[in-house]
Amino acid sequence: MSEVVKVATRDSYGNALVECGKEYPNLVVLDADLAAATKTGTFLKAFPERHIDCGIAECNMVGIAAGLAATGKIPFVSSFAMFAAGRAFEQVRNSVAYPHLNVKIGATHAGISVGEDGATHQCNEDIALMRSIPGMVVINPSDDVEAKAAVKAAIEHDGPVYLRFGRLATPVINDTPDYKFELGKGVVLREGKDVAIIATGLCVAEALAAADKLAADGISAKVINIHTIKPLDEELVLAAAKETGKVVTVEEHSVIGGLGSAVCDCLSEKAPTPVLKIGVNDVFGESGPATKLIAKYGLDAEGIYSKVKSFV
Amino acid sequence: MNKVELQKTANEVRKGIVTAVHSAKAGHPGGSLSAADVYTYLYFEEMNIDPKDPKKADRDRFVLSKGHTAPGLYSTLAQRGYFPVEDLKTLRQLGSYLQGHPDMKHIPGVDMSSGSLGQGISAAVGMALSAKLSNDSYRVYTLLGDGEIQEGQVWEAAMFAGHRKLDNLVVMVDNNGLQIDGKIEDVCSPYPIGDKFKAFNFHVIENVDAHDFDAIKAAFDEAKATKGMPTAIVFKSVKGKGVSFMENNAGWHGKAPNDDEYATAMADLEKVGEAICQK
Repeated sequence: MSEVVKVATRDSYGNALVECGKEYPNLVVLDADLAAATKTGTFLKAFPERHIDCGIAECNMVGIAAGLAATGKIPFVSSFAMFAAGRAFEQVRNSVAYPHLNVKIGATHAGISVGEDGATHQCNEDIALMRSIPGMVVINPSDDVEAKAAVKAAIEHDGPVYLRFGRLATPVINDTPDYKFELGKGVVLREGKDVAIIATGLCVAEALAAADKLAADGISAKVINIHTIKPLDEELVLAAAKETGKVVTVEEHSVIGGLGSAVCDCLSEKAPTPVLKIGVNDVFGESGPATKLIAKYGLDAEGIYSKVKSFV
Repeated sequence: MNKVELQKTANEVRKGIVTAVHSAKAGHPGGSLSAADVYTYLYFEEMNIDPKDPKKADRDRFVLSKGHTAPGLYSTLAQRGYFPVEDLKTLRQLGSYLQGHPDMKHIPGVDMSSGSLGQGISAAVGMALSAKLSNDSYRVYTLLGDGEIQEGQVWEAAMFAGHRKLDNLVVMVDNNGLQIDGKIEDVCSPYPIGDKFKAFNFHVIENVDAHDFDAIKAAFDEAKATKGMPTAIVFKSVKGKGVSFMENNAGWHGKAPNDDEYATAMADLEKVGEAICQK
């Protein structure tokens, strides 16, 4: 087997912006003094006149994006998830989403895999915040291939989109010739009959590895990648729940309000099914190397494996 | 329009404000009335707009950052022909397109949804930046309350506008001196207002009488002639202007007149109208 290629989805974001910038002359990228970290610096090099550094003022940046969108531009606002979804929440709600303006929010450094910066910068609440806003599309891609495709899909969608990217380099799992990104459509990556593991973001690769371990123990796990958390692919979730009778959700996000909650919202109403939510358990993160944090918080293959095993 | 026509129009705008708020039994008459002359000048003289083509691409834009004074904007848009004056009576009613705060998705002539204070100016800055990016010649105007500038985002936006030398942007402050909790200098003083904008690299025009069309015209002409920096106009205004019992009274910031008060208000404005006609 060839060596696993790893790419941080924030790099995918920067690269995709450059690609799309060639095709869409009205695409404009905004940043708040984090161009080196969010990787919009790549776009700055390619299209300096269309890269707007707003300084350290995220709320104003989101408002500027609203004004740009109202006058026909396609603005991507970029910052860490903590500030894009957290600090500027009300600007996103009132200035962008209420008038349904065509603003794309590229939020990097989501979740505990931010690592050493610690809890102040580890946003585990952004999916919950963004999912609660009417008309907002929420996408959390699982790897480089999907992240780039998601940027393109966000441009093709008319309306506000929240894109969640990570700082940590993670395995490329979607580099198949027939890969196709469909907004709002989940992807079955592995068939199974005992339990359905529904994962998002960097947890998808971990869930696949966990499924291998479960298989060795004779447990057949179906693995679904949900890159679009809103609108959720309810059809796929319901089918998987009916098929396996047991659902596990996995996300690098609080267990409150994220993918797990979205899946439970759907199942509790349409097909009550036992659900185990794996995520960050209503606590703040802490400083440390990203991979060690992911292991400590039980989001790696080993953690997922042991929790699913006792659940099934 | 000559000055007398502008005065007459502004008086009709004021009647529309009082009527709308009375009909809604809620809303913000004080700050709508204080800015009525500025709204009138903007939509009847200053801005390149077309009520028959509210979305035309090269139009000038207006963002009402102090969105709670929507009755003033709506009444002006109605007078200008964007929608029937009669519709003002549906303000804030269930099913009406005239929402409590400006809604760009449903109200002809509204260029930006607003109402959460401090946010409109950022959108206006974005529009002005957008024009610069694509070499469009339209200008962007935004009106803020003097209480609103207590919001920190206003100064983020001002810093950016000054830094980017957005000379197609005019930021107006309606300095009527009152906010919900009282006088602005008692609550949390934003003074000196002009100096603050100067410090953010704006060309500043201060102490402009918000109820004198000669002064309003002179200020906008000076703004248009200003190159290389955005302009801030600080309008000195009277909250509740034109309605005797509402003038300079913070209590009328966000309260609707009852039937008797409405009759008095309309009588006040009729008198103002008669006085203008005798000029």
